[in-house]
Amino acid sequence: MDIFGIPLQAFLGQLLLGLVNGAFYAMLSLGLAVIFGMLGIINFAQGALYMVGAFAGWIMLTSFGINYWFALVLAPLVVGILGVVIERLFLRHLYKLDPLYGLLMTFGLAQIMEGLFRRQYGVSGESYPVPDALAGATNLGFMVLPNYRAWVVLASLVVCLSTWFLIERTRLGAYLRAGTENAPLVQAFGVNVPMMVMLTFGGGAALAGLAGVLAAPIIQVTPLMGSNLIIVLFAVVVIGGMGSILGSAVSGLLLGVVEGFTRVFYPQGSNVVIFVVMVIVLLVRPAGLFGKEA
Amino acid sequence: MKLKPLVAALVIGLGCIGAQAKDTGSGPINIGIVTDLSGVYADIDGPAGVEMVKWAVHDFGGKLMGRPIEVLSADHQNKPDIGSSVARKWMAEDHLAMLIGGTNSGVNLAMSKVAAQEEVPMLGVGPGSARLTNQDCNAYTVHYGYDTVALAKVAAKALIKQGYKKWYFLTADYAFGKSLQSDATKVVDAAGGTVVGSSLAPLGTSDFSSFLLQAQSSKAQILAMANAGGDFDNAMKAAQEFGITKTMKVAGLLVFINDVNALGLKATEGLQLAAPWYWDQNAASRKFADRFFDKYHRMPSFIQAGDYSATMTWLEAAKKAGTLDGTKVMAELKKMKINDMFAKGYIRADGLLINDMHLYQVKTPQESTKPWDYYKLVATIPGDQAYTSAADSTCPLMKK
Repeated sequence: MDIFGIPLQAFLGQLLLGLVNGAFYAMLSLGLAVIFGMLGIINFAQGALYMVGAFAGWIMLTSFGINYWFALVLAPLVVGILGVVIERLFLRHLYKLDPLYGLLMTFGLAQIMEGLFRRQYGVSGESYPVPDALAGATNLGFMVLPNYRAWVVLASLVVCLSTWFLIERTRLGAYLRAGTENAPLVQAFGVNVPMMVMLTFGGGAALAGLAGVLAAPIIQVTPLMGSNLIIVLFAVVVIGGMGSILGSAVSGLLLGVVEGFTRVFYPQGSNVVIFVVMVIVLLVRPAGLFGKEA
Repeated sequence: MKLKPLVAALVIGLGCIGAQAKDTGSGPINIGIVTDLSGVYADIDGPAGVEMVKWAVHDFGGKLMGRPIEVLSADHQNKPDIGSSVARKWMAEDHLAMLIGGTNSGVNLAMSKVAAQEEVPMLGVGPGSARLTNQDCNAYTVHYGYDTVALAKVAAKALIKQGYKKWYFLTADYAFGKSLQSDATKVVDAAGGTVVGSSLAPLGTSDFSSFLLQAQSSKAQILAMANAGGDFDNAMKAAQEFGITKTMKVAGLLVFINDVNALGLKATEGLQLAAPWYWDQNAASRKFADRFFDKYHRMPSFIQAGDYSATMTWLEAAKKAGTLDGTKVMAELKKMKINDMFAKGYIRADGLLINDMHLYQVKTPQESTKPWDYYKLVATIPGDQAYTSAADSTCPLMKK
C-alpha cells in the first residue's frame, strides 16, 4: 500500500520522526508563548537559553558526574535562575517601552551568551551520551525507533499539558492571567505582581533549559544550536497564535510533521516550508490558528 | 537618484586607492590571512590558523630581504563579498605581498579573482572546491593541500575496492556539497559502483533522521556524507542512534579531526575518511602537533598545518626570487619542490599542489591509547593519482 507514492512503512516512519521533532518545537515554543502571552516580551534569548540548558547538562555530567536524570531537574533550575536574573537586571526596565526594546535587549543578550560559550567551547561543540536506561532501540515493525526519541515525545507531551493546566486551570494561573490584563488592580488585591512576572519569565526560561537537556543526547551540543532554531520557533508561535499555549504546542507538533514530510518529497525546501505555512496562515487567519482575533 | 553620485564617488575613491598601490621597497612587508574567525569553521582554522601563519614567519626569522614581516588577519564571516573587499583593500592599500585563503570555497573563489586582478599570489589552504584550479583557475592562485576531487577519489576508490558498490549520498545543499557529490559520483561510476539515491539537506539542519530513514530504505551499502562541520556531526550522531552504522558503512567525504573529537570515538569508530595530513603521521608532524597542543590543548587540523606550510613555502619562494613581484614569485612557487612536515610535492601549472593523500580509519575506543589518538592509516595515494589528472583539468593554464 502506498500513500502519496511512498510505501506505508516509510510513511509511518516519517510521521513518527516528524512528531519527535514537533515535540521539540512544541516544548520550546511553549516557553516563548508563556513569556509573550503573560508578559508581552518577545524573548529572542529563548534559543540561547536552550543552548545554555544543553551545556549545563553537559557540564554537570563531565565536570561533576551528575547524571542525566538529575540534570533534567537541575539544568532547568539553573537556566530558570538565569532567566530571573535577566528579568531583574534588564527587562524590568523596559516594560514601559515599546515591546521592540525587549526584543532588541534579548537579542543582544542571546548574542553575548552565544559568544561566551563559543569562546570557551569552540564551535564544534561537545557530545552528550544517551543515558543507559534509554539507550537502544525498539523495532516497531515499520521502523526502528530509538528509545530515547520515544521518551522525548512522552516528556514533551507531559510538559506541554501540565503547563497548559497550570496557566488555564489553576488559581495561580488565574492570578497570572489577571495580572497581565490589569496589573495595578491585581496588585491592589494583595498579589505581588512584579514577583509573579519575574517567576513567569524564569519559568519560561526553565522550559527552554529543559528542552536543551532533552535535546543534548540527540544533537551535538554547540553554542550555535539555539540560533539555528529561534527563527523557526517564532514561526511556530506566530502560526499557533501569539501567546496561545495550546496553539504553540499543537502547531509545534503539526509543523514537525509537515517538515518531516517535506524532507521526503522536496528535501531542499525543508527549512523553508514552515515559513511558507506561516505566510499562508497569516494571510488567511492573521491572529494564528488558535489566536483570538483582536 | 542619489545612488548615482554615490557610486561615482566610490569608483573615483577606489581608483585613487588603486593608484597608491606601489610598494615603497622599505618598511614592513605585509602578508595576510582571511578566514572564518568566529563562525561554523572557526575550530578547523580560525584564530589558531592565523597563529600558524605567524609561527611560520617567526620560524623563518621574521624578516624577508632585510624587511620585517607583518601578518594581517580578518574574519570573512563566510561572506564572499566581505572576503573579496578585505583582500582588495589589503592588496591595493597595504601592499599585501601574499594572501592565505582560509576556509570556505565561496569566499576563496571571490578572493582569487581579486588576487588575479591585483597580481598578488593567493594560497588557498582551507577551501575544498576543485573549481579554484579548474574552470575558475588563474595565474595567481594556488590550491594548497586538498580539494573535493582528491577527497572523493581517495575515499570512493578505496571503498569500492573493498566491495561497497551501492552508494547513497547525504549532501549539504550548497556549492561545496554538490561539487563533492558530483566528483564522488564520477569516481563511483568509473569504478563500477552505482549511486542509488541522494538527499540534499539544507545547510544547518539539526535533525537528519528523515534523511537517514530514506537512505536506509534505499538498500545502499554506503552512506556517503557530502557535508562538513556541524552538519556532519549531527548526521553522524543520528546515524549512530538509528542503528544505520550497523547496516550501512558510513563514509565521511570531508571529516576533520575536530569532528571526530567532538563526536567521540564511540560514535565514529570504523569511519573511513580521506585527508592530506594527520598529526601522528611521522616525527615531523608530531613535533609540530606537540607545539600546537602546548598552546591550544588540542591537536591541529590539516588546515592549520597547511597554513603553516603554505606560508613557509611562499616565504622560501620569495626569498629565492629575491622580489615581492607576484608574477616572479608565482614562477618560483611552480618551480620548487615542497618537502616539509605537511606535504611532499609540487605546485602544478594550474596552481594545484600535488601532494600525497591518505585514507584513514577511525580507531575503536580500545585501539586509542593516548589523547587525540584517533586515526589509523589504511592507504596512501600518490598525489598524481589522487588529484584531477593533467588531461582532465579544465584550467587553460594547463594547455600551454
